[in-house]
Amino acid sequence: MLTLVTLDGAASAFDLLAWSPPGWGATLVAGLWNTILIASGAYALGLAIGVLGAFGKLYGGPVTKDLLGVYTTLVRAVPELVLILILNYAFRGLLNQALAKLGYPPVELSGVAIGIAILGVVQGAYSTEVLRGAILSVPAGQIEAARAMGMSPVLLARRITLPLMMAAAIPGLANLWLTVTKDTALLAVVGFIELTKATSLAAATTKVFFTFYMAGGVLYLILSLGSTLVFGRIERWARKGQRVISRGEN
Amino acid sequence: MGDFLRPLHRRIMLAIALAIVGSCVWLLNWEWLPKYMPVILSGIWITAWMTVVTMVLGMVCAVLLGIAQAAGPVWLAWPAKAYCTVIRGTPLLLQLWLLYFGLGSFFPLFPEIRQSFLWPILRQAWPYAVLALTMSVAGYEGEVMRGAFKGVPHGQLEAAKAMGMPRFTAFRRIWLPQAVHRALPTIGGETVLQMKSTPLIATISIFDIYGVARRITQDTLIVYEPLLMLAVVYMTMAGIIVLFFRWLESRLPTRTA
Repeated sequence: MLTLVTLDGAASAFDLLAWSPPGWGATLVAGLWNTILIASGAYALGLAIGVLGAFGKLYGGPVTKDLLGVYTTLVRAVPELVLILILNYAFRGLLNQALAKLGYPPVELSGVAIGIAILGVVQGAYSTEVLRGAILSVPAGQIEAARAMGMSPVLLARRITLPLMMAAAIPGLANLWLTVTKDTALLAVVGFIELTKATSLAAATTKVFFTFYMAGGVLYLILSLGSTLVFGRIERWARKGQRVISRGEN
Repeated sequence: MGDFLRPLHRRIMLAIALAIVGSCVWLLNWEWLPKYMPVILSGIWITAWMTVVTMVLGMVCAVLLGIAQAAGPVWLAWPAKAYCTVIRGTPLLLQLWLLYFGLGSFFPLFPEIRQSFLWPILRQAWPYAVLALTMSVAGYEGEVMRGAFKGVPHGQLEAAKAMGMPRFTAFRRIWLPQAVHRALPTIGGETVLQMKSTPLIATISIFDIYGVARRITQDTLIVYEPLLMLAVVYMTMAGIIVLFFRWLESRLPTRTA
């Protein structure tokens, strides 16, 4: 890396990545913070949509099922970048039109809030499918037994279905978290200052492209490797009490 | 189709959907469409070949990465694994910009490169797009192929060995076809994902269908209609990919017990 840096320009990598203003360290870390903030918010929103969507797809009426089918198919067939643009205009436009009708002045939504809303809707479609598959993996007898005991649907979901499906859902949910952290980079195209945008700003200003893109990449890598570790722990926790059937060769 | 439309609510929903499509066609402004048709078609063409070319090139690399991880010696398996981790752990947009802006600012420093016959190609954006997208496919599918190679029953390889097949022939005739067969449904899904990540190349000034739609918005100040066109184009392409892989899978013989 050092050789690339010297080819890039005169300044050394350590000066450029320093924390205080001649260096861009603080900018990059602020970008990383925004990325984590948007990703966590969107992930939580997506999970909420996903839980409702999965139960709706499995136990809802025929109209609910079909509408949810349209939602998941549409969102998964159109590129995230296009969805981000459509939802970006739609959220801002519709909100301000509604406010204007009610006689309020238009508001400027914060980038983080819009980012969370957009990526949450996108994540919701994928979460729905992951959670639907996980719910299907719960043995039917468990659910029937709970119903026979007279549990209400909400209590049944809370005590039986959700805890039992956890183990099957965690790998898919871990993948979705890794996807959403990387999808936040797409918000750079519409101008939100998250890690990729912060990186490209630093690179374009200093003309030291390799150093900054490498540094940005390393930050993303730390985030994803750290998350993988955490999810591994969560999976072990969710699987506790399960019999280990086979130690696969893979 | 008859079964699909039998329930009353489906017919009502279809009527509502048709009404929405109809009102989109009649009420929105589509006057720009004929004028921009040639550019739109060339944009669709770029998106299509980008998807196909990078998918094919990437799969070739992915087979090598997969076999290196599944059966290679440590000094091959470890770098292959590291490569897949790095590609899968960083956003494609960052990789693309690293290659385009990074390499793009790096090459002109060398007079040898600037005077070589490759320079007219290296000055354009598409080689970087192809490189970034191919590297991304290789990283993701390398992981898929690793699992697929390991999933092939060991008895198959032992039988090939017992028949006296040379190692490469066994790989070509037994191991690779069975691994690809196993991975095919995943590869189909990943092809749709690859098609969905092609619009990123518009950020390095390539006029794929996404870039064309953004250009139309800039020229005419029409916002929603080009985006709707984009959604329709991408959904159609996703549908074609899904149908193609369904056809491909139906052509492969499977033994179901």
